[in-house]
Amino acid sequence: MDSERTSELQLIAQDLRILGLEMVREAKSGHIGGAFSLSEIMATLYFEKMNIDPGRPDWEDRDRLVMSKGHATVALYPTLAKRGFFPIDRLKQFRKIGGHLSGHAEMNYVAGVDMSTGSLGQGFSVAVGMALGAKMAHKKFRVFAILGDGEIQEGQIWEAAMFAAAASLDNLVAILDYNKVQLDGTVAEVQNSGPPQDKFAGFGFNVITIDGHSIQEIADAIDAAAICIGKPTIIIANTVKGKGVSFMEGKSAWHGKTPSDELFDLAFAELKEQRTKLEAIHG
Amino acid sequence: MAEKIATRHAYGQALAELGAQTSIVALDADVSTCTMSCDFGKQYPGRFVNVGIAEANMVGIAAGLSTLGYIPFVHSFAMFTAGRCFEQIRNTLAYPNLNVKVVGTHAGLSVGEDGATHQCLEDIGIMRTIPGMTIVHPCDGNETRAAVKAIAEYKGPCYLRLGRAALEIVTDKKGYEFRLGKAVLMKEGKDVTIIAVGMLVQAALKAAATLEKEGISVRVLNMHTIKPLDTEAVVTAAKETGVLVTAEEHNIIGGLGSAVAEAVTSSPYPVAVYRVGSQDTFGQSGNADALMEFYGLTDSFLSEVVRTAVNNKAK
Repeated sequence: MDSERTSELQLIAQDLRILGLEMVREAKSGHIGGAFSLSEIMATLYFEKMNIDPGRPDWEDRDRLVMSKGHATVALYPTLAKRGFFPIDRLKQFRKIGGHLSGHAEMNYVAGVDMSTGSLGQGFSVAVGMALGAKMAHKKFRVFAILGDGEIQEGQIWEAAMFAAAASLDNLVAILDYNKVQLDGTVAEVQNSGPPQDKFAGFGFNVITIDGHSIQEIADAIDAAAICIGKPTIIIANTVKGKGVSFMEGKSAWHGKTPSDELFDLAFAELKEQRTKLEAIHG
Repeated sequence: MAEKIATRHAYGQALAELGAQTSIVALDADVSTCTMSCDFGKQYPGRFVNVGIAEANMVGIAAGLSTLGYIPFVHSFAMFTAGRCFEQIRNTLAYPNLNVKVVGTHAGLSVGEDGATHQCLEDIGIMRTIPGMTIVHPCDGNETRAAVKAIAEYKGPCYLRLGRAALEIVTDKKGYEFRLGKAVLMKEGKDVTIIAVGMLVQAALKAAATLEKEGISVRVLNMHTIKPLDTEAVVTAAKETGVLVTAEEHNIIGGLGSAVAEAVTSSPYPVAVYRVGSQDTFGQSGNADALMEFYGLTDSFLSEVVRTAVNNKAK
């Protein structure tokens, strides 16, 4: 990918943060921390790598994405809206009664959402089922699953991992949002399970570790997964929870808390300042 | 002696027959030779998935397959599908309204010797609380075949409850028709109605024959679909016979008895409902027949309850 495209995607990622923050401000609730750690990943997937068509959200040969950490709607919905699956204005309906833009990912009311998720540990199995179905039907599409590093404490994740490797689902790409922070504290404090790389490798995955905020590294990892035959891939994306907002970065307190008006203003100011800098680089 | 076949054996054959449709896939969690999904697996190995002992993952994989247009049937013992996977079924199948069929075999006390850990007496109650869930519990091999076809044609999540014991065929009579959500009138009667499900349908018919000789006219309804409940048949029975007795191989809390009681108490005919079933207890190891006797799930026990019901009604 050339540097111009990289900086374009970086700008899109920043716009996703701004849209997400506006959405939470309007809703007065939502999960910011674990959405902002995903911004570059979402931009690279939906604006560069995934084979999708916003005009045909149910196109049967499209690539799929299961947001297994289903609370990351503050990343998912702005991405889908900006990509053209539904009007950006609809984000104002987030978490409101009758708006059907649910707090956790919702497939039946939101175009572009491939699976309803929210109960941690379950989405990954669904992604595995989609990848298995693609193999059964001799379809070429890929299936992406985004997992949280707190989420992988759920046993079902490892049931799914065991199956995916045994079934040689090389059309499956899991991306671990390795931001090292969960609801109650850091992952190390809550349930220190050590580095995920060895565990997934032990289960038979192709493991790629990257900087999850580097567009180039994300894109390269997705390409590398495509040429790995016979094994599912997991991309361990080192990220920062709350990335872009200085007072939120790396803080479990900002997993699901709504900022005060003053802090919203501060967060917007920081994000917009970063955007201006990115724009200057992009030229 | 009428033909006897365990519903799970009839099930295995029916699913294998259904396999001619290429959209049907079957998943099992290492008990395929018990649930009889192996019949399908032998014929259609490319559409049969043994996930190992990982039921939660099985439900999720089925959900994923269903989003591609497949119609997955997932199998394990009732304890491990409806029981263990309640939340997966609730959030990953039912909430998104995915077209997955959950099969729970070895339901109830008649599992026998394996004992309480495997005797699921709560599954109907668990599944019944999930919005949009269809629950079917056939009473014999013939009805099982009909039920499998019906739930495959129906679009949406279903729970199919099957037993382990071999059961006499009672639904091969002329005029029998299986329709989802529609109770089958097995026998007409005017003094009392037994509403039964699963293997208690046979017990109900036996009890009715005995009571008939004593001058008690018993209507028998086979409520093979517990959800959506055939409220019309229940309320009509309440109106016309004045008292109801429910019979099921399930806890009296949450199952058919509860469903029927809920229906009549909010109808213009809030008659008494006597509930035969497991009286809020766990089971234990033992021969299936001995367990049915011990926990009061026989035709003679049912007859006794019906006598009491009719007697109290007269007062």
